[in-house]
Amino acid sequence: MVRFEGVGLRYGMGPEVLRDITFSIEPRSFQYLTGPSGAGKTTLLKLMLLSLKPTRGLINLFGHDVTRRQNDALSAARQRMGVVFQDFRLLDHLTVYENVSLPLRVKGRDEASYRSEVIELLRWVGLGERMHSIPPVLSGGEKQRAAIARALIVKPELLLADEPTGNVDPTLARRLLRLFMELQRLGTAVVIATHDLNLMDQNDARRLVLADGYLHVDG
Amino acid sequence: MSTAERLLRRIGRALRVARARAWPLLQAMRQGAMSGARAAAGQGQAMPEIPGLPSGLKREQPLIPVDSAASRALVAVIAILTFLAALAGGAAHMVATASSEWRSAISNEMTVQIKPDPRRNIEDDIARAARVFRGAPGVAEVRIVPRAESDRLLEPWLGAGLQLAELPVPRLLVVTISRSSRPDVEALRQSLRREAPTASLDDHGLWVGRLSTMANTLILAGVVVVLLVTLAAGLAVAFATRGAMAGSHDSVEVLHLVGANDAFIAREFQGRFLKLGLEGGAIGGLSALVVTVVLGWISLSWSSGPGADQLKALFGAFEIGWTGYLIVVSIAALVALIAGLVSRLTVQRHLRQMA
Repeated sequence: MVRFEGVGLRYGMGPEVLRDITFSIEPRSFQYLTGPSGAGKTTLLKLMLLSLKPTRGLINLFGHDVTRRQNDALSAARQRMGVVFQDFRLLDHLTVYENVSLPLRVKGRDEASYRSEVIELLRWVGLGERMHSIPPVLSGGEKQRAAIARALIVKPELLLADEPTGNVDPTLARRLLRLFMELQRLGTAVVIATHDLNLMDQNDARRLVLADGYLHVDG
Repeated sequence: MSTAERLLRRIGRALRVARARAWPLLQAMRQGAMSGARAAAGQGQAMPEIPGLPSGLKREQPLIPVDSAASRALVAVIAILTFLAALAGGAAHMVATASSEWRSAISNEMTVQIKPDPRRNIEDDIARAARVFRGAPGVAEVRIVPRAESDRLLEPWLGAGLQLAELPVPRLLVVTISRSSRPDVEALRQSLRREAPTASLDDHGLWVGRLSTMANTLILAGVVVVLLVTLAAGLAVAFATRGAMAGSHDSVEVLHLVGANDAFIAREFQGRFLKLGLEGGAIGGLSALVVTVVLGWISLSWSSGPGADQLKALFGAFEIGWTGYLIVVSIAALVALIAGLVSRLTVQRHLRQMA
């Protein structure tokens, strides 16, 4: 599903922040991407999300070499992914309901066709009463849940989550982890970037460890 | 009960239990990821019926945030530009219509001028000149302008009440040209010279040429104004779009990351600016129509004044007709379309640069 071969990335003329990254992610797999702060976890997720282009190496996504592909081809690949950003990236002028339904709207779905799905998901993540609020009035945890709901609404083949439990209480964190694991069982490949050891200890999943720009795979 | 029967019953019971336990997961898989997740999280009970969305919930909002102050300013700019362009277009149309009427009226007539000569009888010359034209191919009618009518033509310059009988005032013949065929003007001129040597034939060619040049210049000026104003509207929209893109950078990035392609994002901007263009175009076009109608009423109320005749001669009646109204509406629609198109092209270019 995802294959990196000798991928390197540098910003401008600076040193490489990621070096010789080689790994693959199989369908229906579950893995944590971990490492100390500033190790490049978010950068590696951005490479998987195709919002950054590598300075060297090959990235193969869903069976296609995406390293040199044009914008429209990248958009098609992104429609098969769900992403939870560390800073949520919710659109402040849209309601929670509209933010969560955004990927479906981008796909050209009619509003009536997804209304019940979105409301059901919002209720499940505990935002049923906040669906008509706009993000600036939400707490950090509510924004986090809205961002997760937006990533899940498309039933993605690949879920990339950057610190998805960073702003929620332990109970909800456990529920979210169970949700991610259930998604994996139903066919989604899950990558969770985190340095929360408690979270990682709750299941025996493969760990991709980033340190000094290099990636080590455990498990 | 034999051992075999007991074993079969146990197997059957185990299968039923296994099926019962697996059923929620199978259901969840059928219903999709979300329902499955809910079941796995121990919340597999039936969801209450989903009511309609709260009435205050905004839906189908533009995905790009709208800066209402900038939008209002852009609508005002487009309205003003459309107003000017529509007035220029309407004026050009009015001049074109008037000049067409002049040309048609003047080019369908020729004037014969017979200068008085003490050695000749002018009435005989008039009669001979009239005979030259009567019956000539391409001539529909010959009218001898009576002396009194010729004198009246001089009144604006010489004043009324003068005895013009003593003055050598030329006499005139008005020759109406047939609509079906044109006369041989040069042959008629030579015949006239033979029959009445003091007569001259004016086919109004010089006058028509000068009027046409003036009218065409005015029309061209109107068209150039329309084009310049349209260009200005396009540039205003391009700058506004770039401003909107800069202000919506985060939204554009999020749209990209959730799978929107460049065409989708460009459509979002295009739809918004097309709407603003239509709004501004409608306001500007409607204002131009109102001004035209009001000016028409004012010109009617002034029609008794001496200046009104001159204005009417130059511009015709101050009305633009259905064609003129259509031109004004078309200019408003054109400005709106250009607003949409320019915003789309600007966004696509910006997105290519971002990529």
